[in-house]
Amino acid sequence: MKTIVELHDVRKSYGLGTPVETEVLHGINLAISEGEFAALTGPSGSGKSTLLNLIGLLEAPTGGRLQVDGVDIAGMADATLTALRGRSIGFIFQFHHLLPGFTALENVMMPSIIDLGWSTTEAKDRALALLKQVGLQDAANKRPSQLSGGMQQRVAIARALSLAPRLILADEPTGNLDTHSANEVFELLQAVNREQQSACLIVTHDPGLAARCQRQIQIVDGQLLDERAPADSGH
Amino acid sequence: MEGTRTGLPFAWMVCLRYLREGRMQTVLILAGVTGGVAVIIFLTTLISQLQDSIIDKTLGSQAHVVLRPPQAVNRSTLPPEHTAAIIQPRTQGLRSIDQWAAAYALAEQSQGVLAASPMVTGAGFARRAEASQPIALLGVDPERYQRIVRMSSYVKQGRFDISGTSTVVGIELAKDLGVTLGDKIRIVTVDGRADLLTITGIFDIGNRDLNRRWVYSSLKVAQSLLDLPGGITQIDLRVANLFEAEAIARRVQGQTGLTSESWMQTNAQLLSALNSQSMSNNLIRSFVTLIVAVGIASVLVVSVVQKQKEIGILRAMGASPNRIMAVFLLQGGLYGLVGSALGAALSVGLLKFFSQVTRNADGTSLLNGQVDFSVVAGACALAIIVGLLAAALPARRAARLDPVQAIRV
Repeated sequence: MKTIVELHDVRKSYGLGTPVETEVLHGINLAISEGEFAALTGPSGSGKSTLLNLIGLLEAPTGGRLQVDGVDIAGMADATLTALRGRSIGFIFQFHHLLPGFTALENVMMPSIIDLGWSTTEAKDRALALLKQVGLQDAANKRPSQLSGGMQQRVAIARALSLAPRLILADEPTGNLDTHSANEVFELLQAVNREQQSACLIVTHDPGLAARCQRQIQIVDGQLLDERAPADSGH
Repeated sequence: MEGTRTGLPFAWMVCLRYLREGRMQTVLILAGVTGGVAVIIFLTTLISQLQDSIIDKTLGSQAHVVLRPPQAVNRSTLPPEHTAAIIQPRTQGLRSIDQWAAAYALAEQSQGVLAASPMVTGAGFARRAEASQPIALLGVDPERYQRIVRMSSYVKQGRFDISGTSTVVGIELAKDLGVTLGDKIRIVTVDGRADLLTITGIFDIGNRDLNRRWVYSSLKVAQSLLDLPGGITQIDLRVANLFEAEAIARRVQGQTGLTSESWMQTNAQLLSALNSQSMSNNLIRSFVTLIVAVGIASVLVVSVVQKQKEIGILRAMGASPNRIMAVFLLQGGLYGLVGSALGAALSVGLLKFFSQVTRNADGTSLLNGQVDFSVVAGACALAIIVGLLAAALPARRAARLDPVQAIRV
């Protein structure tokens, strides 16, 4: 199976060259393959979000090698990185982060509007289909503020799928939801993973959810622990 | 994903949505830009029309440049180093311009000169029965003189006809002498020469003193009354650009050797008043522009802070820094564009209104209600450029936001 993301001895330090220089990630080796459904867990401050930002090309590593979609990102121009990020990676944040001034439909269309420069009929049809897939076909013209937390997160998932990305990065997608909505959103992610073969990397604090993922990646103090089989991790 | 293009480009779409979202901010800053543009257009038009009207009133009845014979000077026959003498300045008697036809031709063809007119002028008295009034006799060629001073528009009764022994006098003189059209008055010069002239026109040039003193006759009549057969005492010039009058006067003086005087010298106070008026107008315009720029910039700075998280999300979804910059530059430009359109409309309305309600002492309109298109276009262009420039700093800040930091806020 093809590898989507590959990290070799990736390091990340903040405050480089200053007395307060701190290394947050100490040599991460990780590979995520096409269609994988993985959970990333770890205590607060262990470097989860930093790792996610590196994989999502929002930040650059200070050491090691990072390949996304088969491309080594070292020395890539900012504009190329931005375009690669837009096309290959879909983000889902803890607090949905929908654009409040735009309708659910417009939010879902936004990645393709950014990619092409303007909206197209095809993008609109696809956005409507995605909204239908997340069960929100009737909410297309509603603003985020008119939707419940669970619905907002489902719109955010539809938006992350807009350009059919090879990789979906979700930062505590259910952290802000009640159990029922959290379950719905998680199942939706599983369905997307199954149907579209998009690899998913989900940061979560919830051991129950992590246990339902194919693979669990644990990070502690900026280092990956040996991966364990999902069966061993239960409480 | 290709397909049929619909809707606006990304930057326009986001920019317009942001403007709509920040309704109150948008309305307030648009009101600010509208007011600023309206003030600039209104004030510029008002001042330029008032200045035109003042210049027209003051210069309408006088030449822009007047050429006279050079001053007569003493010539000492004794070597100055061996003589101690008190030299009295010479009196400046009435003299004709030497070789005036040549000087006239030179002056008329000089660059920037629209028209030239010869004149014979001297002092005298207008008499009728026991009444006698001191006058200035102006002998002119009516056709050429009308190109300098539009007498026909000042003549209130009769017409500007000075052929033969006809004369045209001011309305005050006519009143003082108790004469009207067709009456005869006796013009007597200081040497005692006299002629009987028939009044064919009565003028009012808006200046009581001149209305009382000026008496027009033909060149020939004035030449014989003032004992200057075939001669003239001054050449009047009209120039294309009023404010080049002084430069033209200096040049023509060099070309002809005559003494020349421009309206800018004879009306030095008017000129300095006009200049300080223009200066205060420029000052007000600069401050208004500055305030509009600061207003737009501060609204956008606040907007960038408010939208920080959204900018981060857009960046995470693949929007390049340039696209983000365009969103905010467009906002600044649109504030300028829409504000200037509204401001132009407002100022046109204001000018129409003021031209209706404000009147001169003589009942004519102080403002003509016309708006110079170039002033409007200039103000609008200025507003759009100021909008873009004012947006540059906030837009740069937005473009440079680190998406990770921005989303975390």
